[in-house]
Amino acid sequence: MLQWLPDNVSTFGQGVDNLFYAIYYITLIALILVMATLITFLIKYRYQEGKRATYIEGSTTLEIVWTAATTVIVFVLAMFSYPQWNKIKSPTSFPENPDVVVQVSGKQFNWDMTYPGPDNEFGTDDDLILENELHVPVNAVVHIRLTAVDVIHSFFVPQLRLKQDALPSRFIDMWFEATKAGRYEIPCAELCGFGHSGMLGYLNVHAQTDYDAWLQERWPQ
Amino acid sequence: MHDNEHTSHHHEESFIRKYIFSLDHKMIGKQFLIYGLLMFFLGGGLALLFRWQLAYPDRPLPIIGASQQYMDEGEVVTGADRMWERIYESEKEEWLEVNMPNGVVDPAFYNMLFTMHATVMVFFVVVPILVGAFGNFLIPLMIGTRDMAFPILNMLSFWFAVLAAVIMTIGFFVPGGHAAAGWTGYAPLSSDAQWTGVEWGQILWGLSLFVQGLSSLVGSINYITTIINMRAPGMTFFRLPLVIWSLFIVAILLLLAFPVLSSAIVLLVFDRLAGTTFFTTTAEGGGDPLLWQHLFWFFGHPEVYILILPGMGIASELIAVFSRKPIFGYRSMVYAMIAIAFLGWIVWGHHMFQSGMRPGLGSIFMTTTMLIAVPSAIKTFNWLGTMFKGSIRFTTPMLHGIAFVSMFVIGGLSGIYMANTPVDIFIHDTYYIVAHIHYVVFGGSLFAIFGGIIFWFPKMYGRYMNDTLSKIHFWLTFVAFNCTFFPMHILGVGGHMRRISNPLQYEFLQQFEGMNIFITMSAFTLGFAQLILVFNFFWSMSRGKVAEQNPWHVNTLEWEAPTPVPHGNFGQIPTVYRGPYEYSVPDEEDDWIPQTRPEHAPATGGD
Ligand code: HEM
Ligand SMILES: [Cu+2]
Ligand SMILES: [Cu+2]
Repeated sequence: MLQWLPDNVSTFGQGVDNLFYAIYYITLIALILVMATLITFLIKYRYQEGKRATYIEGSTTLEIVWTAATTVIVFVLAMFSYPQWNKIKSPTSFPENPDVVVQVSGKQFNWDMTYPGPDNEFGTDDDLILENELHVPVNAVVHIRLTAVDVIHSFFVPQLRLKQDALPSRFIDMWFEATKAGRYEIPCAELCGFGHSGMLGYLNVHAQTDYDAWLQERWPQ
Repeated sequence: MHDNEHTSHHHEESFIRKYIFSLDHKMIGKQFLIYGLLMFFLGGGLALLFRWQLAYPDRPLPIIGASQQYMDEGEVVTGADRMWERIYESEKEEWLEVNMPNGVVDPAFYNMLFTMHATVMVFFVVVPILVGAFGNFLIPLMIGTRDMAFPILNMLSFWFAVLAAVIMTIGFFVPGGHAAAGWTGYAPLSSDAQWTGVEWGQILWGLSLFVQGLSSLVGSINYITTIINMRAPGMTFFRLPLVIWSLFIVAILLLLAFPVLSSAIVLLVFDRLAGTTFFTTTAEGGGDPLLWQHLFWFFGHPEVYILILPGMGIASELIAVFSRKPIFGYRSMVYAMIAIAFLGWIVWGHHMFQSGMRPGLGSIFMTTTMLIAVPSAIKTFNWLGTMFKGSIRFTTPMLHGIAFVSMFVIGGLSGIYMANTPVDIFIHDTYYIVAHIHYVVFGGSLFAIFGGIIFWFPKMYGRYMNDTLSKIHFWLTFVAFNCTFFPMHILGVGGHMRRISNPLQYEFLQQFEGMNIFITMSAFTLGFAQLILVFNFFWSMSRGKVAEQNPWHVNTLEWEAPTPVPHGNFGQIPTVYRGPYEYSVPDEEDDWIPQTRPEHAPATGGD
């Protein structure tokens, strides 16, 4: 089933996928065991002429065993997940000194990408606002200040394994580092009105030289 | 009109007293059941409309859609074309013209469809049937009393629910359309008309849920009081059938959870009508959109357990009865339900991992959520334990019980993926969630409901439902259900967002066109299969084979009452001497012992 996952192109994506696979195999085994037991019981203990059910009220040992076993499994899973989650979402553990900083703002029904320009400050004359097109270099740390102007939207790039809701009048920081050049879709993942379906931007990941050329074209010096 | 089965000390009642404003818990239970089944059709119909759009985006619906020639050249060829011609020529803005011109579902209408589908299913189908119908019918009968503690409140609870349904229905026809911000009604989309163009629809949505909240509140107080105070002599708490335990716990959850939603709705309506901005920020300050989410999910997560716990209770009865065995680990079943009810209050943040809530909180909610998988697993193992060394009768109710267990397992396991914060980054707001919801609520609760209806029908109406029809309905539903919802896991893994009306607008979703068509065809099959159930239900009421008093040989008290159950239920209030699951006790001739049979030998331990 997991072959349906879109190709991963972010540095942290593999960590997400590993957890995905781990849970997949754990739950698959659990499912097979439960179903096999169920089917075996249904066949073996089906009603048969002259055979009575055995009066069993339960087993404290078994209750303790399966309670403990499931508790341990879910805790171990949780332990492996904390660092991965913090790495992706916790601003205190983001890589410092980003190569690119962009502000992304959702509005019915577009993504506005604001580049601070050479002075690296938002709200100045050299800012560049692009509708639905985000340009970043490959293998570079990108910081995004995510916001929205009207309702809640959600910035989703399946290949980056990244999703974050955009809230009006709040700035939420996120980061990624893309490992493969290409053009990827940025659908909006949170219902935002009648144009929600089709609210779509693009992430353009360029090789460094192409990115430099793009910069040169935008801010000629 | 009246059958003369009433015990003599009860006077005959007028038609209105008996069938409409009835105070009898059994009649109110049946009213809730029919109410739920009717609303089930509304909810299902809405789903089929939007499923069509997902399979064939922007193509006209079958039968009522306009023909290609008509859309291209204005040439009237079919009857449907003639209808559209009339609609376009009329002066008025016709409802169909606004919502689905030419029979093509408009994107705004699409949003309304899935919003109302979920709202109807959660608040007007599953809760009214599980809690309203089964709760009312079963509680007094199974604990051995004559009626609910407060019959008038009970009647009110039903009529509040009717009022809520009426308000909800009106919403479809007001200008601007019905609510279209999702069943979760996230602000600011829901709190300001300018973002959706929905004016009165959202307010009626809120008002209706508020009234439905009153219904639940009144009902739950009644249930709690009845179960605590009116149990028959000898009916200790640990002799209660598990379905009664589940309804007791659910009543407490409803009592505590629903007021939170009601309060949030009041704030929402203020935001819309008075501009109070509880859920939005303005230049001068204001509230926060996340406040709505916290309030909604603080109610919403307990609510999803309200949707499943009675299903678990019903499935437990079915599995014990038809395995002819005691429930394996009766007490741990009870404790697991209590644990679920407690943990249910501290996991709501798992719906908000990607919402902008502080990431550290995400880790905490992940931990509590993962923990809630433990009692769910305990229950599953105990159901398996109950079948172990049983003598399983594959009656139709039992088939539903087995379906409940196997589908619930899939739904519970998919919950673990989403509870895992990093994995949830990817699958949040995708079809993975939709698959999960339906495996627990349809695969779980609805199968339990179907099984419960067939199982208790003989007590409700004195007749069996037609078994052939029930079996056809079961197999069609089981297969079509899995064909409809299992592939949604795959869509979710592929990143397919939920709540989009046209997946073909996205490059990376093109590959799923075929799968969406397959899902829609399965969904239509699933929908039509339900017609069999409803036909069978109404037909069997008057034509079914007449049932004896205790056709399945069950121990619990409801089967001690005569069939049809008279006003007041029992000639004399029964005395309870034993637990509800004494099946296949060694050295007994029968494989069942009613709870009312006195102990002749010393107790054999257990509960
Ligand atoms: C093993 C137990 C369960 C776990 C671990 C679990 C976990 C979760 C999580 C983490 C979500 C949020 C996913 C997201 O939006 O990203 C979710 C959604 C949901 N769950 Fe469960 N769940 C469990 C059982 C249930 C049960 C028993 C029900 C109801 C009968 C249920 C009904 C729902 C519903 C309705 C939603 C979706 C709400 C929405 O966004 O519209 N879940 N579940
Ligand atoms: Cu959006
Ligand atoms: Cu939840």
